[in-house]
Amino acid sequence: MVEFAGWNMPVRYTSTIAEHMVVRQGVGFFDVSHMGEFVVTGDHAKDFVQYMIANDVEKLKEPNRALYTQFVNYEGGTVDDLLVYRRERDYLLVVNSANIDKDWQWLNRHLSLFPGVKIADESSATALIAVQGPKAIEVVKALVGADVEQLKSFQSRTDTVDGIKIGVARTGYTGEDGFEIFVHARDAVRLWELIEKKGQPFGIQPIGLGARDTLRLESCLPLYGHELDDSTSPIEAARGWTVKLDKGDFIGRDKLIEQKEKGLPKQLVGLVTEAQALPRQGYPIKLGNKEVGRVTSGSQGIFVGHPIALGFVKPELAQPGQNLAVEIRGTDVPARVVPLPFYKRNRTK
Amino acid sequence: MLSYPAELKYVKTHEYVRSESNGVAVIGITAFAADQLGDVTYVELPKAGAKFKKEDKFGVIESVKSVSDLFMPIGGEVVAVNERLSSEPELVNHDCYGEGWMIKVKVSNDSELKEALSADQYKEFVVE
Repeated sequence: MVEFAGWNMPVRYTSTIAEHMVVRQGVGFFDVSHMGEFVVTGDHAKDFVQYMIANDVEKLKEPNRALYTQFVNYEGGTVDDLLVYRRERDYLLVVNSANIDKDWQWLNRHLSLFPGVKIADESSATALIAVQGPKAIEVVKALVGADVEQLKSFQSRTDTVDGIKIGVARTGYTGEDGFEIFVHARDAVRLWELIEKKGQPFGIQPIGLGARDTLRLESCLPLYGHELDDSTSPIEAARGWTVKLDKGDFIGRDKLIEQKEKGLPKQLVGLVTEAQALPRQGYPIKLGNKEVGRVTSGSQGIFVGHPIALGFVKPELAQPGQNLAVEIRGTDVPARVVPLPFYKRNRTK
Repeated sequence: MLSYPAELKYVKTHEYVRSESNGVAVIGITAFAADQLGDVTYVELPKAGAKFKKEDKFGVIESVKSVSDLFMPIGGEVVAVNERLSSEPELVNHDCYGEGWMIKVKVSNDSELKEALSADQYKEFVVE
């Protein structure tokens, strides 16, 4: 167990490699109750959310839809990245646990611009269990019924199982098909056991923080504090497709427009290295003898079968095929820029 | 359960020493260390002929989770290296005291082992 943002969480139940493969090939479930949940209410809740995020909340045309976005600061850096769920009467913001206090202050600082809007921190009352992998659909069908198949990516619905009220969303952080299930903290253990039972015929396994990190890295999903931080914009971090500069005003918009017009100060790249030693966070990225960036996340790509890393370099060095090096404990190991992501699931079936 | 064979000596940097005949000792990492590291992906070891003092760094072990230095529990000259670990680093997880051994050294001074821990002492050290 390790402490993570004040929570005791298992790094692994068995082995990170085994857990990673279970999620890529079968189904695993994760306790991600550490995530923060804010509920935004009021007549102008939508306007408030729209002003605080870089994506376009108007894309949530009806309740039970979600989108991925970021809070951007006035300098264009990222306060946090999050999911926004439109519900029947309110908006649910799911934020990173390490940023709950910062986000809370950031949101409250701008709340007075939107009369009648209220936010509530429901993080401690809310538990979240992710069910991820190609067989996740089978487990969730067994849990809530076969019609859950109709739920598309980034859609959600509410259900009751065994008397427990849950919210089921087809979202995740692994690069696989999967679901995230919201439940009141008091019912979390019962739901966990229920998922374990329903998942047994499909070989479900509990997954720790270690595999959560290697899975998201292989799929090039950013981790706040690594690929995103207060001085890195979502565009620099290869999330530009979620930034809607033409949606109207939002915090940070001017700086992001400036970045687009003048060119990005830095750009996220995927690197594949050619040595058994792994590239890790903080290791220098080099061109010849010159440091041109730093690794933000690195590990063995467990499914792809070779070391992988993310890091920032100048845009002119960010083209796939560019040869660079990562300095690993004093040795320059050849590295090549590759297209993102390292792993993409087969969606043909 | 993690095991700590009674015939081995242990040090607080989590290496073990197994004394063989003719002044040669086998060095590897303990079950506790292997468990803490998780899946081992890479073991960087010295070449035969390299000489080290006690507590010198002799290599690096890397897992999916982290990277750590390896330290000599005793001084000596490397006489053999477990070459299998370059292609099968997972042997350290599966059998750290057997097929997952790391190096064999010609011990320079076996009195250095007097300060090492017994299996019981080491077990007590790691549960703290």
